[in-house]
Amino acid sequence: MNYRSETQELIMKKDTMDTPVETNETKKPKKDQEYKIITRNLDVFYGEFQALKNINMKILPYSVTALIGPSGCGKSTYLRVFNRMNDYIDDFRIEGDVIVDRKNIYTEKIEIEQLRKDVGMVFQKPNPFPKTIFENVAYGLRIQGVKDKHFINEKVESSLKQVTLWDEVKDNLKKNALALSGGQQQRLCIARTLAVEPEVILMDEPTSALDPISTGKIEELLFDLKNEYTIVIVTHNMQQAARVSDHTAFFYMGDLIEEGKTTQIFTKPSNKRTENYITGRFG
Amino acid sequence: MKKTKEVVIEKFLLFSALITILTTIGIVLVLAIEAFKFFREVSVFEFLTDTEWTPLFTKKRFGILPLLSGTFLTSIIAIAVALPIGLTIAIFLSEYAPRKFREYIKPSLEMLAAVPTVVYGFFALTVVTPFLQTIIPGMSGFNSLSAGIVMGIMIIPIISSLSEDALRAVPNSLREASYGMGSTRLQTAFKVTVPAASSGIVVSIILAISRAIGETMIVAIAAGQQPRLTMNPLVPVETLTAYIVQVSLGDVPHNSLEYRTIFAAGITLFIFTFILNNISHWIKNKYREKYD
Ligand SMILES: Nc1ncnc2c1ncn2[C@@H]1O[C@H](COP(=O)(O)OP(=O)(O)O)[C@@H](O)[C@H]1O
Ligand SMILES: [Mg+2]
Repeated sequence: MNYRSETQELIMKKDTMDTPVETNETKKPKKDQEYKIITRNLDVFYGEFQALKNINMKILPYSVTALIGPSGCGKSTYLRVFNRMNDYIDDFRIEGDVIVDRKNIYTEKIEIEQLRKDVGMVFQKPNPFPKTIFENVAYGLRIQGVKDKHFINEKVESSLKQVTLWDEVKDNLKKNALALSGGQQQRLCIARTLAVEPEVILMDEPTSALDPISTGKIEELLFDLKNEYTIVIVTHNMQQAARVSDHTAFFYMGDLIEEGKTTQIFTKPSNKRTENYITGRFG
Repeated sequence: MKKTKEVVIEKFLLFSALITILTTIGIVLVLAIEAFKFFREVSVFEFLTDTEWTPLFTKKRFGILPLLSGTFLTSIIAIAVALPIGLTIAIFLSEYAPRKFREYIKPSLEMLAAVPTVVYGFFALTVVTPFLQTIIPGMSGFNSLSAGIVMGIMIIPIISSLSEDALRAVPNSLREASYGMGSTRLQTAFKVTVPAASSGIVVSIILAISRAIGETMIVAIAAGQQPRLTMNPLVPVETLTAYIVQVSLGDVPHNSLEYRTIFAAGITLFIFTFILNNISHWIKNKYREKYD
């Protein structure tokens, strides 16, 4: 399979597309305050097992960061650190700093509900509530105690428009969300997250359960969304990482092997293992 | 060789199944025949509308309503006790309790259902009633309130256990979606998990009602043996089941009209529990595999 050249072609196209912004970015080194998320010396354990080892990484706002690596390398674990979704696991333990918006979310006094409003999440398998389409999108507002019907209506509409689902469902807002197709369900789940007005959106293999057309729609969406949100996406699809992301981080067995601009990771990876992985030699 | 063995086992299983079915048919048949004989002498109209039930007196009246009201009054009290407690336990166990704790507490709760009902009956009569009498003066020694409360305690595990199963069958992905948008545990439980498990919860409630309606020992011991059309929980009443016990244990001659009254009461009881069980079955089937 001509996997490598395909991916590289994508990168070249992207390179020319993004050039003005990218060069700007690379010139001056950034201060920590300019990053949305920073992890320092992060270790994560499940009981005795260490799932992440000394991860140091900084994530820029208004960009798409892709986490790649073979399955079991800790991508989901890492992603779920950012909204403290691992807290419910009995023997989960964390060491090091995780800083979101200049706040250490594990040591400082923060409200976990507020953190999760700011750091939204989209899951691997579409997981709409067994409620109507409307109620799915309105859910986040309702739990915040919003009563203003007009406001809720507008928010539902605008969120569904953002994910280009509005035209498909506007006449069926009272229909059960489980009746939608998988791709529609996933876009609904994104709309549901957007309705809460997060700043960061975490996506854990959001298209792995979807057909190519639905996948394409969601990838397109990412281009629009990154103007307003910071997006971190886990994907096992190299071409998807190449297409949608600005930055890429490669994980292997709990280690962050390499991270940097997507163009650079995919064209001149500095680590042999990264190269092997993105060229499809293992994984 | 293996083939014959399997055939034998298969036949044996079929035989066991047939016995069960035949027994059920037999019971229903006896009930129906005896009830039919009863209704040749007492009109269905009188049975359903007369407000007194005095088949053992010289002036006989055959209105089932007093027995029905006794049954429903005790059952309603039982559900009023068991539903909030059972549901709270179910939500706590499935949404809050650590796994270890749940594994320990659930079997102990189910022990409640293993206590012989005669023990509950005496507990109601000798502990609950005297205690309630100190709070409510004028309460009779036999009453539907204590019987209902104790019956409610007995059926708590039906609601808590089956509801907890239903709650735990709700996929974790829905909880995660809810937490992920900033919901608290309580919001997630009441806005996502409970609604998603509602069919299973309703089934547990119906089965609990069915169990309460059919419960015999507790009401026979603690609620009294005075058929009375009333909604007053402080006075003696008699339930359908308690009446059946009373006549079965008494010296009423077989094949008499008095004796057949228990089949009339029995078939009334059977119709109610049959309907309730079918509703729960129907709900279970209708909402099964909603998430696949
Ligand atoms: N709840 C858990 N308890 C114990 N080990 C876990 C748990 N979740 C994940 N792991 C382990 O942590 C490692 C990383 O898992 P994960 O982050 O899901 O990997 P990825 O998303 O990259 O496939 C795997 O070896 C996995 O088996
Ligand atoms: Mg994963």
